[in-house]
Amino acid sequence: MDEESLLLSLELASGSGQGLSPDRRASLLTSLMLVKRDYRFDRVLFWGRILGLVADYYIAQGLSEDQLAPRKTLYSLNCMEWSLLPPATEEMEMQTSVVKGRFVGDPSHEYEHTELQKVNEGEKVFEEEVVVQIKEETRLVSIIDQIDKAVAVIPRGALFKTPFGPIRVNRTFEGLSSSEAKKLSSYFHFREPVELKNKTLLEKADLDPSLDFMDSLEHDIPKGSWSIQMERGNTLVVLRSLLWPGLTFYHAPRTKNYGYIYVGTGEKNIDLPFML
Amino acid sequence: ALGLSHLSWRVIGNATVTQASTVAEQEKEGRTAVPNIMEKAFYFEQAGVGLSSDESFRIFLALKQLVEQWPVHTCRFWGKILGLRRSYLVAEVEFREGEEEVEEEEVEEVMEGGEVMEAHGEEEGEEGEEDEEKVTDVIPKPTWKPPPVVPKEESRNGANKYLYFAVPRHADQIVAGPQDQKFFTGFLDAPVISYPPFPGNEANYLRAQIARISAATHISPLGFYQFGEEEGDEEEEGGAGRDSYEENPDFEGIPVLELVDSMANWGRCTWVNPLQKTEEEEELGEEEEKADEGIEEVEQEVGPPLLTPLSEDAEIMHMSPWTARLSCSLSPQYSVAVVRSNLWPGAYAYASGKKFENIYIGWGHKYSPENFNPSLPAPVQQEYPSSLEIMEMSDPTVEEEQALKAAQEQALAAAEEEEEDEEEDEDEDQDD
Repeated sequence: MDEESLLLSLELASGSGQGLSPDRRASLLTSLMLVKRDYRFDRVLFWGRILGLVADYYIAQGLSEDQLAPRKTLYSLNCMEWSLLPPATEEMEMQTSVVKGRFVGDPSHEYEHTELQKVNEGEKVFEEEVVVQIKEETRLVSIIDQIDKAVAVIPRGALFKTPFGPIRVNRTFEGLSSSEAKKLSSYFHFREPVELKNKTLLEKADLDPSLDFMDSLEHDIPKGSWSIQMERGNTLVVLRSLLWPGLTFYHAPRTKNYGYIYVGTGEKNIDLPFML
Repeated sequence: ALGLSHLSWRVIGNATVTQASTVAEQEKEGRTAVPNIMEKAFYFEQAGVGLSSDESFRIFLALKQLVEQWPVHTCRFWGKILGLRRSYLVAEVEFREGEEEVEEEEVEEVMEGGEVMEAHGEEEGEEGEEDEEKVTDVIPKPTWKPPPVVPKEESRNGANKYLYFAVPRHADQIVAGPQDQKFFTGFLDAPVISYPPFPGNEANYLRAQIARISAATHISPLGFYQFGEEEGDEEEEGGAGRDSYEENPDFEGIPVLELVDSMANWGRCTWVNPLQKTEEEEELGEEEEKADEGIEEVEQEVGPPLLTPLSEDAEIMHMSPWTARLSCSLSPQYSVAVVRSNLWPGAYAYASGKKFENIYIGWGHKYSPENFNPSLPAPVQQEYPSSLEIMEMSDPTVEEEQALKAAQEQALAAAEEEEEDEEEDEDEDQDD
């Protein structure tokens, strides 16, 4: 959610039950503004909170002018001091895929994982047990990246693509209409499109190249992994992801307010197909 | 006003409700059953949990309406369970006037049903369903808290809030609960499709989950509740329960070990409801495994004794099942102690001075670090062995049947010819 409309956004996203206490809100408002100035971001988003056993991580992301460019992620334990996280790489993801369980809450904590590695010694081949240590910071980076790629949501029309390439915020976006807001096809993944190229030419003909340049949520697998609900009368539409429980996207139709926040344990719900 | 004009109430199950109470009289006496939701919402907000304040106010109004329509003794806002299409707002309610009737029923059933209950112990949950309906509501302790459930539906007409009651369901559904974790759709009539088959629809599943969550995560500070000398004397709840409160240790640190548990315990066929005073904790970790393995085996799920400290909760994968925090580290003298359950993500409790409260906001699922393995289908049933009583023979084939038919026709034709011959013979004889 945008740092500029933090208070309103927190209010709108509160239907999922997780919010922030007043002291955290106050510190966030000031510290995010400082972050924006120091790192010269165009926009700062409060991404959410990952609940750990001992402490929670508060995550913020900074965007430059091009909205789909890689974002810088920062974390904090007390909403006041922010530290930059390294960008996510595939190697990190491979490493952290073996770590299971909750986050501890201490960024220097190391998970130990024993692997069997084949060691060649001359002609003989041994299998040794190697203990691999994975830092929690690495895990944090890769989980945030996975969540972003999987379930970060933006409504259709909020961003538009300029002829030169960069993606900009659409200042004329007045919100989705009430009927559009209830359909999953009006929401896009906030990431580089993956499935757009697989569409047939007929489908592409109906799309508007300046607005429809991202994948929509409609074709997500497994089907039904999004729960879409209207709250507060018909004035707020809330999407909750079932694949990463804790991610809430809210949008007030016919207004410019939208955003998403993740408050959860940082674990994927692998059992989703059994639960639907 | 405020979108509450479409409130309506529906009853699930066998709640026997007597005449509605006269709320006016209650208010004259200065007692109301509706709790101070706004105050609790404030404390939860300090903890970083809960719905927004105007949402809480609407819940307060809804509970007030609930109290007016039903003979409610006390009620509290239990929490919110998110669903796929709608969410449930759950309130926990204790009846007042209906109790006497239920008590009578209980007494009769307990006397007659001593043998019936034991017989049920050996049946499978599904087979015994019809019989168990007679045993429903066997509640040895007089008070029970059926939670009314409010699914929020936002249709085109505006806010529709339907409030439901659910009576404590059969205990076998609570046992069957752990085997399937499905998302709630938000419609109480929806069938719960899972394997092994869940006896009941979503309303029952919801009730079972509510019971499990309450049992596992309702806690109160140490010393708040005491064992009462007389059971069933809930009117003393205001007095005797709280006198040992000075022993309550400091909230400065993180004295998780000193926070105490409360709530339900249930057996196979008897439903022991949470009393105000006698409270037990249900430790579901181990009992559930037993329940999973043998649904045919009926075991008494007995939790650890009443008022055991949280420190004795079983660990989940080397991780303590509770996480405790101070709400604000900057001002420890004014902050609130917050406890978060790791076993049921979404269950929170706060405590500050003499006030404490539990709430659950979440999907209604238990946390499990391992992946879910669906249970295998039952082994193929054996065929009856051939014995003297039942012998398996192969059916005659079509050719055999036709051959038989042809043979029969031939025999019939032959018989007719013989008759004709005989008649002719007789005629000839007669002629002579």
